[in-house]
Amino acid sequence: MPLAQDLRRVRAIIWKDLTTERRSKAGFNAVAFLGVLILLLFGFALGPDAEALRNAAAGALWLAILFSGVLAFNRSYQLELDGAALEPLLLYPAPRWTIFAGKFAANLLFVLLVEAIVVPVAIILFQVKSVAGWLPAGGVLLLGSIGFVGLGTFYASMASRSRAREVLLPLLLFPMLVPVLLASAEASSALLAGNPMQDAGAWVKLLIAFDVIFVVASFFAFDHVIEV
Amino acid sequence: MEVERGEVVGIVGHNGSGKSTLLRVIATALRPSAGEGWVFGNHLLRDAIEVRRHVGFLAHAPGLYEDLTATENLIFAARMLGISEDGIAPVLDRVGLGHARNERVRGFSAGMQRRLALARLMMANPGLLLMDEPYNNFDPQGIELVNEVIQDSRRAGGSALVVLHDRRQGEGVLDRVVELGRGAVIGTSAGSSKPLTLVSAGGMPH
Amino acid sequence: MSHAVPLERDRASLPATNGRWLDWFGVIAVVALIASQVNGVLTSPPDRDMGHLQKIMYVHVPSAWNAFIAFFVVAIASLLYLWKGQEKHDLLAASAAEVGTLFTGLTLALGSIWGRPTWGVWWTWDPRLTSTAVLFLTFVGYLALRSFVDDSERRAQWSAAVGLLGALNVPIVYMSVKWWRTLHQMQSNPSTVDPEYVIGLRTNGIAVLLLLIYFIMKRYRAARMERLAEHLVERAALEGP
Repeated sequence: MPLAQDLRRVRAIIWKDLTTERRSKAGFNAVAFLGVLILLLFGFALGPDAEALRNAAAGALWLAILFSGVLAFNRSYQLELDGAALEPLLLYPAPRWTIFAGKFAANLLFVLLVEAIVVPVAIILFQVKSVAGWLPAGGVLLLGSIGFVGLGTFYASMASRSRAREVLLPLLLFPMLVPVLLASAEASSALLAGNPMQDAGAWVKLLIAFDVIFVVASFFAFDHVIEV
Repeated sequence: MEVERGEVVGIVGHNGSGKSTLLRVIATALRPSAGEGWVFGNHLLRDAIEVRRHVGFLAHAPGLYEDLTATENLIFAARMLGISEDGIAPVLDRVGLGHARNERVRGFSAGMQRRLALARLMMANPGLLLMDEPYNNFDPQGIELVNEVIQDSRRAGGSALVVLHDRRQGEGVLDRVVELGRGAVIGTSAGSSKPLTLVSAGGMPH
Repeated sequence: MSHAVPLERDRASLPATNGRWLDWFGVIAVVALIASQVNGVLTSPPDRDMGHLQKIMYVHVPSAWNAFIAFFVVAIASLLYLWKGQEKHDLLAASAAEVGTLFTGLTLALGSIWGRPTWGVWWTWDPRLTSTAVLFLTFVGYLALRSFVDDSERRAQWSAAVGLLGALNVPIVYMSVKWWRTLHQMQSNPSTVDPEYVIGLRTNGIAVLLLLIYFIMKRYRAARMERLAEHLVERAALEGP
């Protein structure tokens, strides 16, 4: 069955990206520590009053995730570019969406692992007292990350192959993430302040709509941008 | 220009005559600005995925993942090609990399990397081999390996297009040599010189 | 190597690329703008609260409308390029993006200038203004991408994808910012459309639209000529010594 074979390809790309990442050692640790560092800097800039910190917690958390996570995306293409492996990759009889899906999934896993470190640190540093529900909070984190990683994976496929890639990726990506930032920060804020889901409900719907629209759009557009 | 099944064609020409480009267009890595081609009856633009099933491209750069081992690189290739992973161990032995199967490519010499790339090509076993200056800077055993790959393919009914740095390379393996100049076929050993608008390997062009 | 339909082989060109026709059109646009501005300034009464400062609306609002129209053009041209692969659509998108970015910048500057005496602050995070700021940055990114990519087909494909996604985001950004503001119960903005201003806004809107079209077509012409010159250079290089 062709779909089963395509899924095998997606899994192969996920395996390759994650294995390479694990072995190169530099990547994950540096990104996670950068996230923590950014949180600390926000703490210095906004604190030390506990109330001010609590109000800023969700926003600081998401900015730390965005600024540190964005480093993951160019790296994902870097490993193809370093060994000139992009050309052989594109010459397999594989539909392009499998490449996008594989990289997207690998990047998502990477970002979620970074969040596993950054979120607890944020809760501690920003004096968060209680969380209305861990499951909804986790859900918001996941939805926001999907939008972030989907667009990040897409734009990095271009930025990683242009000049000034370190600045071009954030320049292209961050304006697109305004709805994600607003929705995730607001929904997280509501949950971190102990408010139940209904406040966060509308934002969650926006996040879901955003994710669907842009992940689909990225899949279609990827075909056009990866070939050329 | 046409290539028949079982034919091995060498391509020569000055730098900039378009040899690598030609290979890349047939491999579907590049799109032509004019003209069309077919590989086993599959159109280069419309049926690109089918073309890739039948074609194996050996570039200058080995195109490997340096943090993966030799075996892992081939596992990845096998999965992407949709073929079995059983062929990996034998093919590594064949190119003389059996002893290094579990070592990371980062530690490989240039010659070893090229052998691994060759192993990947052998494993894929395509009907049409496209090789871009495979003999350049290769040790004698490497050169022999390249010839073996070509002979194997021919015996199995496959074809090959081999870009050569000079005519002397590939002696004894090639059936004919085509010369390119300024992006067009300007001479073949058979004496004809059609412009390069049609490439088909064995199948009917239409 | 390009598979896109290059300009020189593209017979069906867009209209208004004839130089003299275009220049006359430009003159008409400028005259229309001056006339509408003068009419607006002289015939409408001063606003209750803002006095004559309200007249800045006659430039600010049409600028905003036309900036969004320009990006609509970018979106359509990008879509056409991705679909048909004709170079002229890429050049049109790029021209519209440049002009649109200019108008967006103007909108933001005027909005800020208007805001300072009115509310005492240079910026208010008003949904419309904020969405415009995000749009501005989106298309600055678009232009940056174009300047960092040298290969013409790659530049065209990439900008088309980026332009399309950017334009797709515009309504979503607007909605998010609006909810965000109502959630935090910020003060609502004074209405900018009292009935007596509507006609002035509309006439100026149309005049600025004429100007927009003029700028885009002028830029498009220049881009076409640049690209045709590049083609000639490429062809000469291929033919070789």
